[in-house]
Amino acid sequence: MAAPVSVCLLRLEDEHYALGDYQRGISRWCTGCGDNAILTAVQRLCRDDQLAPEKTVFVSGIGCSSRFPHYMNVYGFHGVHGRALPVAEGIKMTRPDLNVFVSTGDGDCCSIGTAHWIHAIRYNMDMTVVLHDNQVYGLTKMQVSPTSPHGLKTKTTPRGAYLQPLNPLTVTLGISNVSFVAQTVDWIPELLHETISLAFRHKGFSFVRVLQRCPEYLPGAFDPWVKDPGRTLLLVHKDGIEPSAGLSKTYRNQEEHDPLNLDRAREIASITDPIPVGVLYWKRDVPRYEDIRDTTRLYTADTIKAALEKEFDKFTIGPAD
Amino acid sequence: MLNKVVNEKQPARSAVAGKSVVMLEEHIVEVVSDSGEGAQKCGQSFGSIAARTGNGIWTVEIIPAEIQPPARSMAGASGNRVRLASQAVSNVGDEADLVVAFNEQVLLGRLWANELKPGCIILLESKWATDQDREIATSYARAYAKLVDEGYRVYEVPMEAECLKLVADARRGKNMFVLGLLCNMYSFDLQMGREQVAFVFANKDASVIDANVRLLEAGYAWAEANLDLKFRIPASKAREPQIVVNGNIALGLGVLASGMEICAMYPITPATSASHYLSDVFEQVGGLVHQAEDEIAACSFAIGASYAGKCAVTITSGPGYSLKQEAIGLAVMAEIPLVVVNVQRGGPCTGQPTKAEQGDLLSACFGSHGDAPKVVMAAATIEDCFYSMITARRIAELFNMVVIVLTDANLATAQQPFLRPRFDEAWLAPPTDQGAVPEGVKPYDWDARTGLARRFIPGQPSGMHCLTGLAHDRNSHVAYDPQSNEDGIRHRSLKLAALQKTLKTPSVYGDEEGELLVVGWGSTKGAIEEAVDRVRADRKKVSSLHMRFLQPMPSGVKQVLQGFDKVMTVENSWSDSLDDEIIDEDNRRFSNLAWLLRARYLIDIDCWSEVMGQPTKPGTIARIIREKLQ
Repeated sequence: MAAPVSVCLLRLEDEHYALGDYQRGISRWCTGCGDNAILTAVQRLCRDDQLAPEKTVFVSGIGCSSRFPHYMNVYGFHGVHGRALPVAEGIKMTRPDLNVFVSTGDGDCCSIGTAHWIHAIRYNMDMTVVLHDNQVYGLTKMQVSPTSPHGLKTKTTPRGAYLQPLNPLTVTLGISNVSFVAQTVDWIPELLHETISLAFRHKGFSFVRVLQRCPEYLPGAFDPWVKDPGRTLLLVHKDGIEPSAGLSKTYRNQEEHDPLNLDRAREIASITDPIPVGVLYWKRDVPRYEDIRDTTRLYTADTIKAALEKEFDKFTIGPAD
Repeated sequence: MLNKVVNEKQPARSAVAGKSVVMLEEHIVEVVSDSGEGAQKCGQSFGSIAARTGNGIWTVEIIPAEIQPPARSMAGASGNRVRLASQAVSNVGDEADLVVAFNEQVLLGRLWANELKPGCIILLESKWATDQDREIATSYARAYAKLVDEGYRVYEVPMEAECLKLVADARRGKNMFVLGLLCNMYSFDLQMGREQVAFVFANKDASVIDANVRLLEAGYAWAEANLDLKFRIPASKAREPQIVVNGNIALGLGVLASGMEICAMYPITPATSASHYLSDVFEQVGGLVHQAEDEIAACSFAIGASYAGKCAVTITSGPGYSLKQEAIGLAVMAEIPLVVVNVQRGGPCTGQPTKAEQGDLLSACFGSHGDAPKVVMAAATIEDCFYSMITARRIAELFNMVVIVLTDANLATAQQPFLRPRFDEAWLAPPTDQGAVPEGVKPYDWDARTGLARRFIPGQPSGMHCLTGLAHDRNSHVAYDPQSNEDGIRHRSLKLAALQKTLKTPSVYGDEEGELLVVGWGSTKGAIEEAVDRVRADRKKVSSLHMRFLQPMPSGVKQVLQGFDKVMTVENSWSDSLDDEIIDEDNRRFSNLAWLLRARYLIDIDCWSEVMGQPTKPGTIARIIREKLQ
């Protein structure tokens, strides 16, 4: 899977991308939807890291959050429900030179696409996955989601959600080869941007769960946390989030947490109140599937011919016998 | 090219005086055993030796449904059937002329399946006659008496006793002893047998090869000394090199030759052996077999890979094909090239995993919800399995379409020699285009006449757009307005017509006019054409037509059909019979191809089909043709 030759070519003139270069159209999300905050954070990240728009691909499935690629002026792949991850894996395997992002929601990732999510963690391919978790189905107009709180009244659970919610963090941290897990919230823009930036810098499968508000179907659901900074647990570490003075001033409930400490990461993942934010786990040297399976030689018509003739030889009968 | 070094040994002692050699045009030989006793390896090896000798062959596996069915059971027959002839053969043929059975139960299984010619020769392991378990001894005696009584020529062979003279575990050596028997009976060169043994055990220790060569020689000598059976089927060596592989390996070779670099799959019978082979050799050409977490992921992974630059393939069978439908629809909608192989098996649901059927043609053509036009091709021979991959990849990338290639369990496990392909660089895909997209070109700039549009590949400057599975306009913007939706569907549909204009009319087998035309598709080609030959030998005006492109169908087919008084399809997918009490012209369901032909050409096309899970015999088709001609 040799990368195209043009990867090696030097650009002859400097290009500089501004924030506007990453923007496409005007989002159709509801006013106050957390998706808008994530979009802003991601566009800032692209600008800060000067990602070449043509070398960047955003893959998504179906749901409110999966509209994300439409608003990015890069290559976008808005596929079918639950299948963003395997599509992204195929892209990354073929083209390790591309920056691959996945936008997925709690229904897309934790319900219809669960099998892919579990295995994507195991493959540990280099991609940044943002789970837009608003705890409800929005696009189909308010059905219960796997992450909905127990008792939540929705159109399919008029007497309240029957089951305890699935915890995407504990699940992710339970899978072998997990390499980067973080949680953040849509209402702290600085932290959101910082966390997604760290995730992008990790070379492996970076999983960021963003708790986000749905003003349409769950208005006020996160109000107690938004209004009381004490109910946010900020994870700080030199290898994770190093909060600014401003951030520290507001969010004083902090824990020094080493992202290499998996046991503690799993304990933190189980905490739902206060909401832990920051990097829970970050292990840099987990092997990546695209490297394990990489065939770095350059293949040409001649090498293919040679291999094919060798195979034909195995099965040939005829005058040579 | 089986030049493995084997100690040259003296052949077993020369023929017994008075043993006459019977010259044959062809014979069908079966070797059956319990699963795990090696009858498949024996049969395949026998087929290879026959092919190298210059006989035409067709071999097919006899596969039980379970991995370890109970020993000595009728349903557990495992083995291989080899049709060998002086000329090339195109199908598995009718009933067997000679059967070697490792126990009487698997033999009765074949008898019960109507696979034995009345009065055929049977070589039966005799050790069961004196088995300590009286039930077994009685069962053997009863079966032996029944077979003799029914006129079968039964030879008892002390296979195990003879093998035990040479090896400690006869269960694992009997198959090479039997190979020796067969080599002797069919007058094959023992040295060729030795080379074949060395080839089969190439990955094993020299001691294993040596022990098996001795077993082979023992079988050869035993037959020479004890059997009055000696046949010779005149052979003519091919002038050009041939390769002998089964359909699934041919598919794998085709993938290598097509320049595709990713095969994403999930294990499923009977498709998986193609991926096994690729897993072994694909990396030589920079390829990768990705075993995904499920069928949907396999298809999605292939779509991602194709989108990112190079057309990928996913290989599956019935249930997996059903699971991929939504993803296939995405590739159709977004116009991403993709090759999907469906090695058909019996359905619906889990159906008959190891048995052949042709029941997926309509779902291949019309599967996925909404209007999802895709190309459907069917391989008719083992050779087709190879070339279809190259053709499919090219069509997929030229037209930005999904190409479905249908084969079936019959082709997957059958072997037939075909001309060794000559590599052509044109088989391969061009390098991934990373040049800038010209100003003003839109992601879906559909050509008004052909529906074709340029393909945008990530990495191309100025090509950024958001591909979507939603209805979209030329800019790939989500569009729900009535006109945009029609526009998209029209252009995706036009591409099939554009491809159709490039296809050649398939040629008629036999005269171009006559009383009856038999139309088929897929693995039945050889059997249909042989049946047509047999009936034409009686001066009947019957011909056949075989369809490789099922969607779109080439021009000129209607004219071909109109050249005949009657047209019928012969298929392995269900069709109602008018003999059933409540079936009539108003409710009859036709087999897959008959539906398609009737709908397209408005001709009253009849059909005959069977879904027995095994290849349809030429004799059966000949009988159907004769009935139809009456």
